[in-house]
Amino acid sequence: MQKIGVFVCWCGSNIAATVDVKAVVDAVSHEPGVVYATDYQYMCSEGGQSQIRQAIKDFGLTGIVVCSCSPRMHESTFRKTAISAGLNPYMVEIANIREQCSWIHKDREDATEKAIILARTAVAKLNLNRPLTPGESPVVKRALVIGGGIAGIQSALDIAEAGYEVDIVEKSPTIGGKMAQLDKTFPTLDCAACILTPKMVDAASNENINLYTYSEVEDVSGFVGNFTVKIRKKARSINADICSGCGVCTEKCPSRKAKDEFNMGLSNRGAIYIPFAQAIPNVPVIDREQCIKFKTGKCGLCEMNCPAGAIDFKQQDELVERQYGAIIVATGFKPISLENFDEFSYSQCPDVITSLELERIMNAAGPTKGKLLRPSDNTPPRTMVFVQCVGSRDTSGCGKTYCSKICCMYTAKHAMLIKEKYPDIDVHVFYIDVRTPGKNFDEFYRRAVEEYGVNYIKGMVGKVAERNGKLLVQGSDLLADDQIIIEADMVVLATAIEPDESARNLATMLTASIDTNDFFTEAHPKLRPVESPTAGVYLSGVCQGPKDIPETVAQASAAAAKVIGLLAKDKLRSNPCVASSNEMLCNGCSTCENVCPYGAISYVSKEIRSAGKMEVRRVAEVNEAICQGCGACTVVCPSGAMDLKGFTNKQIMAEVDAICR
Amino acid sequence: MYTAEREMTENVLRISNVNTRKCMKCGKCSGACPAFDKMDIHPHQFVSMVEKGDIEGLMNSKTLWSCLSCFACVERCPRNVEPAKLIEAVRLSVIRKQGENRLKADDIPVLLDDELPQQAIVSAFRKFSK
Repeated sequence: MQKIGVFVCWCGSNIAATVDVKAVVDAVSHEPGVVYATDYQYMCSEGGQSQIRQAIKDFGLTGIVVCSCSPRMHESTFRKTAISAGLNPYMVEIANIREQCSWIHKDREDATEKAIILARTAVAKLNLNRPLTPGESPVVKRALVIGGGIAGIQSALDIAEAGYEVDIVEKSPTIGGKMAQLDKTFPTLDCAACILTPKMVDAASNENINLYTYSEVEDVSGFVGNFTVKIRKKARSINADICSGCGVCTEKCPSRKAKDEFNMGLSNRGAIYIPFAQAIPNVPVIDREQCIKFKTGKCGLCEMNCPAGAIDFKQQDELVERQYGAIIVATGFKPISLENFDEFSYSQCPDVITSLELERIMNAAGPTKGKLLRPSDNTPPRTMVFVQCVGSRDTSGCGKTYCSKICCMYTAKHAMLIKEKYPDIDVHVFYIDVRTPGKNFDEFYRRAVEEYGVNYIKGMVGKVAERNGKLLVQGSDLLADDQIIIEADMVVLATAIEPDESARNLATMLTASIDTNDFFTEAHPKLRPVESPTAGVYLSGVCQGPKDIPETVAQASAAAAKVIGLLAKDKLRSNPCVASSNEMLCNGCSTCENVCPYGAISYVSKEIRSAGKMEVRRVAEVNEAICQGCGACTVVCPSGAMDLKGFTNKQIMAEVDAICR
Repeated sequence: MYTAEREMTENVLRISNVNTRKCMKCGKCSGACPAFDKMDIHPHQFVSMVEKGDIEGLMNSKTLWSCLSCFACVERCPRNVEPAKLIEAVRLSVIRKQGENRLKADDIPVLLDDELPQQAIVSAFRKFSK
């Protein structure tokens, strides 16, 4: 018989305001096995924990039930308390009477009744608990970073700096990501390329970093400390080992129809191309859908002109399989499609552009060599209108419900840069709210207004229409209670951002969770912001939520620190709540083997004594290092041979009985 | 808010099925409105006056009769507030209040003339008999 102590937490008023904690203590103290029950204001505080330790010693408790918040919050806290008092940590049960009771109920009587049921359920289960000892699993000392933008690069550099090997997988032909496309960065206005390209070079030259560009993750299996990842290296059609990056091929290529992705489609590129001058690796790639040789079989000009003989039209995709201890997701973002926002005439007027397109136009290496010119007729604009919150904060279903966070600042930056370079241009900004929390951010925005005379108009644009080569921008000026029409030459839309389209598929592969907007979910919004709920998977940059470059870099380094902490361990303690098979009951049917998502079950022939005779039987065996304790096998086993330690069939039934009593 | 005021507000909200609290005061409705200049109370103000419960003021406004019901504001509102539906609801409140000057069947023969489309009489009869 167990000797059980029950500890009911008030959680300040979180629980105590809705649940009569004394009544719970009273009711549960009559349960079988319970020898001690008490309540305390904050069980997780040092005072609460020392009460638990004292009670374990004083009453010789063999197990404890803590009625408190979700086990995701403090189960590990109370397990540590148990260990320090000499109790096996798996003799601790948590009854969640906060998230699953006090927070969701209003009626005190009902909530108290439910809390009592939850408490006695935990007691019923604990009566059948057995001490468990975790096993150990090795850690592969190598990390994978998915995404080679500033987030991925920073994480990889930090991990490499700590002495661990790290691979970056980037789906496009070069690392650098969205930051490489930017002109200047707020609030200091230093040029993006000047601060990014040295980091790209560092990543490429660091001997601990290995780049897989033009590659994608195809499959992920395994678990924390020991992931197996399949990476598809798409065929560049170039032998990267002998290519010198001279670029002759890109000049000779006669195909010029493809839109240049790096310039946001504002210029064309060849079928064989290097995305931009500072691309890493500086190796071209053939776009097979555009290449005349691939389409018609004739051409091959690049091959004829390549001095190194590096062109390889027959190159195939290559599949690489590698082991990793930890994975960082850094898949970033893209601007949303504007198809639901016809009122801004984006698809009809070439002079209505997105902010990212403006970045390219302002960039010295961009399609206009940095000159501000209208895409329609290459003339300089005289009046420019910026529209904020295009598709952000939109609950109508056309856009995104969240604030994209970066637009207020980059719009102020654009306005200021234009005023600085072309003081004669009139710049108007339509805004709903100007949101500039951040170091030196509000000062930056005010400089645009006060020093540069940018005209900020509180209101939203309702319509943009083209007339005689001008753009008529009709919007409201709420502070003047007026509707105004501005004759503009260019309109710039601060387009909302959304996670890259690869996020959803990747989340499935990693069994990491994403929210309704496809942003990766963190393990805890405040206390574990760079970890995914899936052990060994970490988050870096905008894939987790909109953020600017300083925040992205900070998060990237934080994720790297978490990975370094993991890789520094030689062994990981594994979860002892794993499946085990009773070989006397197993009938060798293989159902469990087929259903196991981790490949943890195999069948062996074993000599077994049955009814006084020895016979050889085919029985299931669980690899405890691989089993994740999901319990699928226990459900499908027709003979009841499979059981999950810590969550045995008997324990579950005891819980059900306690609830139904 | 006085009881009568509250009742009128609730009535408008019920008829329109609009939740004015969703409005984030961006002004896109007034930016999109083609009849803005003809209005004394502009679409964004209309929403906030309903929220404040000033239905009396709205019932006397020119806006009721200058709104084209083109639904540009409904179409473009990023928060799904639907100002045109509020305007229609206040318009209905005015019409339904006119119980005293209700159009009676006996009054119709006097109104008949050759120029007037018959449909106008039918709809006037329908509106004013509610």
